[in-house]
Amino acid sequence: MSGEIRDVIIIGSGPAGLTAAIYTGRANLGPLVLEGEPSSTGDQPGGQLMLTTEIENYPGFPTGIMGPDLMMGFREQAARFGAEIQTVKASRVELTNGPPFGVWVGDPTAEEPTHCARSIIIATGAQALMLGLPAEERLIGHGYSTCATCDGFFFRDQDIAVVGGGDSAVEEATFLTRFARSVTIIHRRDTLRASKIMRDRAFNNEKMRFLWNSVVTDLKGESKVEGVEIQNVETGERTVHPFTGLFVAIGHRPNTGLFEGQLETHPNGYLKTVPGRTATNLAGVFACGDVQDDFYRQAITAAGSGCSAAIEAERWLEANPL
Amino acid sequence: MSEHVQTFTEATFQEVIGAASTPVVVDFWAVWCTPCKMIAPILDEIASENPDKLLVGKVNVDENPTLARDFDVMSIPTILVFEDGLVKHRIVGARGKPQMLEELAEFL
Repeated sequence: MSGEIRDVIIIGSGPAGLTAAIYTGRANLGPLVLEGEPSSTGDQPGGQLMLTTEIENYPGFPTGIMGPDLMMGFREQAARFGAEIQTVKASRVELTNGPPFGVWVGDPTAEEPTHCARSIIIATGAQALMLGLPAEERLIGHGYSTCATCDGFFFRDQDIAVVGGGDSAVEEATFLTRFARSVTIIHRRDTLRASKIMRDRAFNNEKMRFLWNSVVTDLKGESKVEGVEIQNVETGERTVHPFTGLFVAIGHRPNTGLFEGQLETHPNGYLKTVPGRTATNLAGVFACGDVQDDFYRQAITAAGSGCSAAIEAERWLEANPL
Repeated sequence: MSEHVQTFTEATFQEVIGAASTPVVVDFWAVWCTPCKMIAPILDEIASENPDKLLVGKVNVDENPTLARDFDVMSIPTILVFEDGLVKHRIVGARGKPQMLEELAEFL
């Protein structure tokens, strides 16, 4: 470790983390951003938008912008104001005996933390939930997928399905109709939870089918998906449908593993913050974006709370000199 | 892309795999795949650091759909490691460099 005590370390690099970096950078706090490491699950550098295509509702982009392009812009803007961005994952944090707080990169059993800071901004986001079926380990990457934009191309002219009924499920299903012969939305209720514009788009798409009141109970096929067993939740009846691809968009879980036992959470696992603020139960530790938001979960609300966290951290640092 | 990473095509693939004296790491990717872009520099580094131990190459799945189909690639990035002409290891999805090195350890 360098021995240097920084003003602020930001963990995470989605819209929340990078907005916090832009604001703390402009406030001359020289933030260190631990942006994470590449993965395909939603905890990679740039966050969940890196796995999307076009963002139509981010203000300032009247004709839309690609998610990865938007995030490259955030990153560049943060770097311009002096944020130091490292492509590494935090492996451990020590928040209870601070400030200063310790953050480890690499070996979490190392005696000394890799970095120390007077304040921490947590922006680790959330990642896609899986179905939890025994077959999914065998078939992920072989017809079972959590990333439509990564894998949709491989399902040209096939009959495939998407599990879920929210905005992201409908968006994925709509995207997949570009490739597939048909896309069936499997949803456990009898109406979509998705917003009206997304619902209308789905109902007007000729390639889209719907299986209501249905849940996936098994995947068929040894080396690739050859069928999907679906149970009707009202009748209990199970049928196997010959889908060759299954995409999952059933919700998210917050990336809070690092903070277990140190920060208070809501019963659903999301980090608890002071209502309307980003302060956690520990002074000097702030949380923003999807890791503390199970309600809005939008790029713009994440960015907004990243700004709030930066301003709160800045004021806290001013009021609490070491 | 550095000089250490080759581009494989349907025309050259079998020949390269057959003639290689080291394990061959093949990265199946596409321009529209963000996780693929994130791991490209990692594979580049691994190739540059191990020029005598590994041959690293890329297959663009848009331009080489037959290769993707032949090796059951249905998700990208998928990384296959060939030894003696056979697939010895399969990595599906992006990884950070430490995890990637761990996956490739037996070939280094």
